[in-house]
Amino acid sequence: MSTDTRFHHDRVDLADLVAIADHEPVRRRAAGQAVGGAVILVLAGFVVAILVTNPGFDWPTVGRYLFDVSVLRGIAVTLELTIAAMSVGIVCGVVLAVLRQSGGPIPRSAATLYIWFFRGTPVLVQVLFWGFAASLFPRIGLGIPGGEFLVSWDTNEVIPIFAAAVLGLGFNEAAYVAEIVRGGLLSVPAGQSEAADALGLGRLATLRFVVLPQAMRAIIPPIGNQFISMLKMTSVVLVIGVGDLLESVTQIYSRNYRQIPLLIVASIWYLVMTTLLTLVQARLEKRFGRSLSRVGGTR
Amino acid sequence: MTDVATGPVIQAHDVHKSFGNLEVLKGIDLTVERGEVVCLLGASGSGKSTFLRCVNHLETVDRGFILVDGRLIGSDLVRGRLHEARPSVVTERRSRIGMVFQQFNLFGHMTVLENVILAPMRVKKEPREVAVERAVRLLRRVGLGNKQDSYPAHLSGGQQQRVAIARALAMEPTLMLFDEPTSALDPELVGEVLDVMRDLAASGMTMMVVTHEMGFARQVAGTAVFMSEGRVVEQGPPEKVIGAPDHERTRAFLGKVL
Repeated sequence: MSTDTRFHHDRVDLADLVAIADHEPVRRRAAGQAVGGAVILVLAGFVVAILVTNPGFDWPTVGRYLFDVSVLRGIAVTLELTIAAMSVGIVCGVVLAVLRQSGGPIPRSAATLYIWFFRGTPVLVQVLFWGFAASLFPRIGLGIPGGEFLVSWDTNEVIPIFAAAVLGLGFNEAAYVAEIVRGGLLSVPAGQSEAADALGLGRLATLRFVVLPQAMRAIIPPIGNQFISMLKMTSVVLVIGVGDLLESVTQIYSRNYRQIPLLIVASIWYLVMTTLLTLVQARLEKRFGRSLSRVGGTR
Repeated sequence: MTDVATGPVIQAHDVHKSFGNLEVLKGIDLTVERGEVVCLLGASGSGKSTFLRCVNHLETVDRGFILVDGRLIGSDLVRGRLHEARPSVVTERRSRIGMVFQQFNLFGHMTVLENVILAPMRVKKEPREVAVERAVRLLRRVGLGNKQDSYPAHLSGGQQQRVAIARALAMEPTLMLFDEPTSALDPELVGEVLDVMRDLAASGMTMMVVTHEMGFARQVAGTAVFMSEGRVVEQGPPEKVIGAPDHERTRAFLGKVL
């Protein structure tokens, strides 16, 4: 190929190169980087200016309500709800995943049906359902279907509004957790459970000591995501009046009409909580990834 | 050992196994005596690994039976019929058969020591000190006394396979099954694993080994079994089966691997 132009620039003598003082090339500066950086800084300046100059943000009010007792109480409720709903979700989700993975045809179909239903309807609708469960079943108890109750209780007493919120959010969450856990179980090579079988470990012991701990590596990052989205999703329960963080601030602004500063208060606290969760997640990931990290083979 | 067993360790009779329409085992009869080392030879797809896996019931047998120490593993004889046994029962019976896999299958989230003590503690309910003491002894025996706190990912393939052997031995098996134990290893690591297996054979362990290592088979095996297309084509002393085979198919196979 005589028309090949790839090497048609000046030839250089190696000796000339060795003779120059500095053997390191002058680094190229990306031209776009400086311009892009300047644009972003200017935009950021605008944002700060708007935040400071627009009186509608009303920072004094934000400061006044940031540590308000009813806001702090709302935070506590939001955290309790998140933890309780995630616990329900994780326990039910693991059971569903195991049923789907290894149960007989009927358990497997039941688990699939569950996931289909709870993933297919909005969580807001599910929470409202649980909130209004009392109108559907005024009393719950034991008895023959279609006949009289032998023992029964008032539904509103058995399922107080907080429990309704936990069940609504938790049962919905279980459907997502089930899929995450199933993916995690599938990520563990079949040889691992075969080796456990060959050693005489039973099904449960194999799951508990061999498969689940290794599935954790694949499970923790998405579960961390779920935790964070659950923390925010708890705000939908304001529709049934549980008294979470968002409900606390909406109640305050329904009295003083300062919606924006109070929504900022809520946002600040949601950000604080999700940041903490992110840190916990990073720690857990590190812990379960330990045996696979390249450095530090022994502990 | 609680009972001093006598008689053959493996008695297989007319073992059939199909995967879908593919008949992998077409009637295997085989006896392995106590303390004997049997090497299963044959091309891939000949059914040798499947047969090995049938012995500890990792694969279910479609027809025929396999007795280990005179006992059925995956089924029970009830009023003149074979009935499939409960999984928990199979699990318990299987714990007396050690198995070593081609891909080692060490538990990646556990240290070497934890790998070896897991089954003794969880299956035999041994106290930790007892399990650890035996594990340390076994790891020394396979030349890895200094690696007990390492994770599998930081060991070479040969070291991992030696840990896998120690892990199987920790259950004090009466029979050891090896499924191509050196096939996944770099050539320079094969020797260290074969050395451990040779020691084990010399100590009187009953072993059934699926292997392509003809040198090992010649040197260590009491019996070499050549399989082809789901049948035992010939069996006998390795010097006979490998050195002067009767059967045309054995000669063709050996011509390719030697």
